[in-house]
Amino acid sequence: MDFILSLLRSMPGAISLGLIWGIMAIGVYITYKILDIADLTVDGSICTGACVCAILTVNGVNVWIAVLAAVVAGMLTGLITGFFHTVLGIPAILAGILTQLMLWSINLKILGKANLGINARAVKVIVTQLDKSKAIMALIGFVAVVILLLYLFFGTELGCSLRATGCNQNMSHAQGINNRFNKILGLILSNGLVALSGALLAQYQGFADINMGRGAIVIGLAAVIIGDAIFGHISVNFGVRLAGVALGGVIYYVVYQLVVWFGLDPELLKMLSALVVAVFLAVPYVKSTYFSYTPRFKAERKARKIAARKAKKAAKKGGNS
Amino acid sequence: MLELKNISKTFNAGTVNEKVALKNINLTLEDGDFVTIIGGNGAGKSTMLNAVAGTWLPDCGSVIVDGVDITDMPEYKRAKFLGRVFQDPRMGTATDMWLEENLAIAKRRGKSRTLRWAITRKERDEYREMLKQLDLGLEHRLTTKMGLFSGGQRQAVTLLMATMNKPKLLLLDEHTAALDPKTAAKVLELTDKFITEGKLTALMVTHNMKDAIAHGNRLIMMNAGQIILDIKGEEKKNLTVEMLLEQFSKASGTEFMNDRALLA
Repeated sequence: MDFILSLLRSMPGAISLGLIWGIMAIGVYITYKILDIADLTVDGSICTGACVCAILTVNGVNVWIAVLAAVVAGMLTGLITGFFHTVLGIPAILAGILTQLMLWSINLKILGKANLGINARAVKVIVTQLDKSKAIMALIGFVAVVILLLYLFFGTELGCSLRATGCNQNMSHAQGINNRFNKILGLILSNGLVALSGALLAQYQGFADINMGRGAIVIGLAAVIIGDAIFGHISVNFGVRLAGVALGGVIYYVVYQLVVWFGLDPELLKMLSALVVAVFLAVPYVKSTYFSYTPRFKAERKARKIAARKAKKAAKKGGNS
Repeated sequence: MLELKNISKTFNAGTVNEKVALKNINLTLEDGDFVTIIGGNGAGKSTMLNAVAGTWLPDCGSVIVDGVDITDMPEYKRAKFLGRVFQDPRMGTATDMWLEENLAIAKRRGKSRTLRWAITRKERDEYREMLKQLDLGLEHRLTTKMGLFSGGQRQAVTLLMATMNKPKLLLLDEHTAALDPKTAAKVLELTDKFITEGKLTALMVTHNMKDAIAHGNRLIMMNAGQIILDIKGEEKKNLTVEMLLEQFSKASGTEFMNDRALLA
């Protein structure tokens, strides 16, 4: 009974964290799903958002301005990756990794040390784990505004052209769309959102840490995949999809809590997340490569195998005599 | 209208894979010219089209459209003047997007893309009217993803997208080559219709001699990166496949080596 109570007590925390990572996952959705770019900048930019927000808040800057500054800083990180990728022609994954590594140094410089606490009792913050119900309400507000703005944006001429760039660069080029600009714009938007999520995360947990972004892309992808798997079938509406991705983040953290509650060593959780994401990413390929045989093909293949075995046996016999 | 001056292009220059794709191409198109381009594999037909479209920069020479030198203009900016249809039906449309979204993107070719709505209600009616002309029943499927249409339907839509803004020049790169004969005929018929109605200037690469003879008012034959035949006017109207083959061997000193073109 106590166990179950402790599980229930941990749920508001899981939901808050899930919503925060849901915003991050929406950022990942823009690059991974819409632009078709695997952007690894996010491991660094989520930390940049946290660091900028933490250092400003601690130094007495209004928390909203701190969050805004974090978003702008995140956008700049996207701009760097975009520059590497489009102007210098570095493959997207490598461009992201380079920026991510750069950001480790930059984040350390921003923060001044490896870890900085934000005392929610001393400074005003938007979300804190000290008041989870208020945090959840505020986070739902954030998620809703983000989804609404993106929904509107991707319905505009510019947003539509961004989708075209992600879908077919030949077509977009032939239709006079500047693919370079659109890719940079997408990376800026995405990393701005990721940094927003980092800023909220730092406030919520009460500190920014230089290592907090490690493996963020995997959590983001997990949320995107969960969201798509569950809500992709319900509606093709873009808003519903984005909401699904945010909820994917929540589901990820609720499952995370459950797994911890069942007594799994928390140190193994990153491995588990990576494996789960690997499995989901592999499903479409494995399905089409190994499980797409028709019954007739299977029957014929069986017959071929039997025939080959018989032929082998016959050859052996012939060789002996 | 269009002027190509001394365009040359060599791919992989200085390596064992060096390939001279275009040699001193000079070509002038008048307003309303519909030119068909024919030639064997590797003759430089598509390369010449890509030179106009700006896929890469030429080694030398210039591309001039309506008196404006566009040699240095990036591909996406040239799109303002050009309508393009590719050989591969998957290349011309965004397959994950709706039919109407594809049309809306084409509608804004050459204009700056702002934060206004991508599609207005008025446009939607317009698109329905345009799609009716294709006579493929697509006017009822505005919110179907392009990827769900057949190759022929996609090429027809791409053709519509390429011509709806009245481009100064329409570039057709073997746009019926991947289609079955019946669909190819339908798409060619639409091509003729759009070009005639819009009084467009067009360059059409084809591997089919009969098509090259039956369409357009001027025929160009290419071989080894050069234009070896340029037939227009009355001469073009009376042309037959046999005459074309004879002229080809006279001009190039070899037999025409492309079964695909002969058998089609």
